[in-house]
Amino acid sequence: MESTIIKSRNFNASFGTNHVVKNVNIDIPRNHIIAVMGPSGCGKTTYLRCVNRMHELIPGATSNGEMKLNDEDVYQMHPIFVRLKIGMVFQRPNPFPNLSIYDNVIAGYKLNGIKLPKAERDEIVERSLTKVALWKEVKDSLNKKGSFLSGGQQQRLCIARTVAMEPEVILFDEPTSALDPISTSTVEELFHELKTNYTLIIVTHNMQQAARVSDKTAFFFLGELVEYDETKTMFTNPKDQRTQNYITGRFS
Amino acid sequence: MDGKNIKLRLGKSYGFQWLIYVLAFACLVPLLAILFYIVKAGITKINWHFLVNVPKPVGESGGGIANALVGSIIIILVAAVIAIPIGIMAGVYLSENRRSRLAYWVRLCTDILQGVPSIVVGIVAYFWLVRPWDLGPIHHKGGFSALSGSFALAIMMLPIIVRSTEETLKLLPDSLKEAALALGMPFHRVIFKVIVPVGISGILSGVMLSVARITGETAPLLFTAFGNPYLSVNIGKPMQSLPLLIFNYATSPYQDWLNLAWGASLILLCWVLFLNIFTKVITRKWKVQL
Repeated sequence: MESTIIKSRNFNASFGTNHVVKNVNIDIPRNHIIAVMGPSGCGKTTYLRCVNRMHELIPGATSNGEMKLNDEDVYQMHPIFVRLKIGMVFQRPNPFPNLSIYDNVIAGYKLNGIKLPKAERDEIVERSLTKVALWKEVKDSLNKKGSFLSGGQQQRLCIARTVAMEPEVILFDEPTSALDPISTSTVEELFHELKTNYTLIIVTHNMQQAARVSDKTAFFFLGELVEYDETKTMFTNPKDQRTQNYITGRFS
Repeated sequence: MDGKNIKLRLGKSYGFQWLIYVLAFACLVPLLAILFYIVKAGITKINWHFLVNVPKPVGESGGGIANALVGSIIIILVAAVIAIPIGIMAGVYLSENRRSRLAYWVRLCTDILQGVPSIVVGIVAYFWLVRPWDLGPIHHKGGFSALSGSFALAIMMLPIIVRSTEETLKLLPDSLKEAALALGMPFHRVIFKVIVPVGISGILSGVMLSVARITGETAPLLFTAFGNPYLSVNIGKPMQSLPLLIFNYATSPYQDWLNLAWGASLILLCWVLFLNIFTKVITRKWKVQL
């Protein structure tokens, strides 16, 4: 029996009076890749941002219900600890423009004031960059600025930055929507590597991507979790008519 | 349309082009005239002796402006030490809390403060710090001091620093802050390690411009720092500064003192020009490419 790492019960989120995530119940198993798909405005990104408590940073944003990480309520923990355990990669690559590639990877330690011996830092940087298949490309230019890299490399740098903190879960908010097809496939290949150590939740509006990379898929529609199942089952034999309509392209 | 009409129209167009050209050129004239006049009158007065000596009493020739130079530097440094932390923090607050009630009032007050005449700022500093007051247990002895001058100048620096910090930080993308927060950084580290370092060129340019702005301020110093014919480094006592020296000596009947005023004017002008150019250079050089 696989263990559940993230568990939501009756979870709701709103912006002011706009109710965008409605009564979501979901169990996310450890070391799996979960794709969250759905049309624009269906609340999938909002749900994702609730998992590591980034949602509440927006003025007027509220949420209620149960969100558990390893049976511990995320909303009872301090957001700083939540975000150390649940990392996040954003839609657009956002390396720190004032830091070198090396410092970007180690940013979670350096900027949090965690002092590490140089040998250990070097090791973390090399290990993290190797995990995201960026080490060979940048090992001779670690002192250059992060913004010197291409878009796809920047996104992998951002993943390395998150991986360096050794979180349990990594959230991806449409991680490839700003990337070209080649960078996209590099990042998608990465997901399979990362699965052995982390649980990945990937929001995507790209159905093919969900089908390609995920073990399980959740389909959101108008703020509701319509269907949540093994990806294969979902794409071959959906139970709900709305899922059927979405994956056959009757609306998007 | 006949040919004559076309010629008239082309002529008007040509004339207008020349007009704006000439008027644009006219904008250069005042600065060039000031530069030319001050340099011509001041350049011969400046030498090493001028920079390291204090003014001589009337009747003795020579003398320099060391006391005013040192005084100006001290007064401005102290003003900057007071204004920079407050100004940057307030600017950070404004960019972080764009719609709060406090932000509205802070913004309004800094805007008004920017328009308050410097002599009014000076008189407030005079009433608060120079005149003695007695509040039962707290007794303030008062007296002219460099510190009260710095206080007045700090008030003048504040709005420029606050608004330039706010404007700079507002332009930074939210994704930058989110990246930092998603790594589990507490708010103060997000501000000091990410937001301020990335916006440093804009913040610094605001600071430099505010320094350039107060360098030539005379009015608030007249009844605070007061001036001092001798070299003094005690910020609790009256102190000379460049604009005060120019004000006092330029209106005197003695040729030696007039020379000092011309020389001091040139130094002041170079200082402000230098600050402006330096600001442009650092803004370009330290700009973080987003």
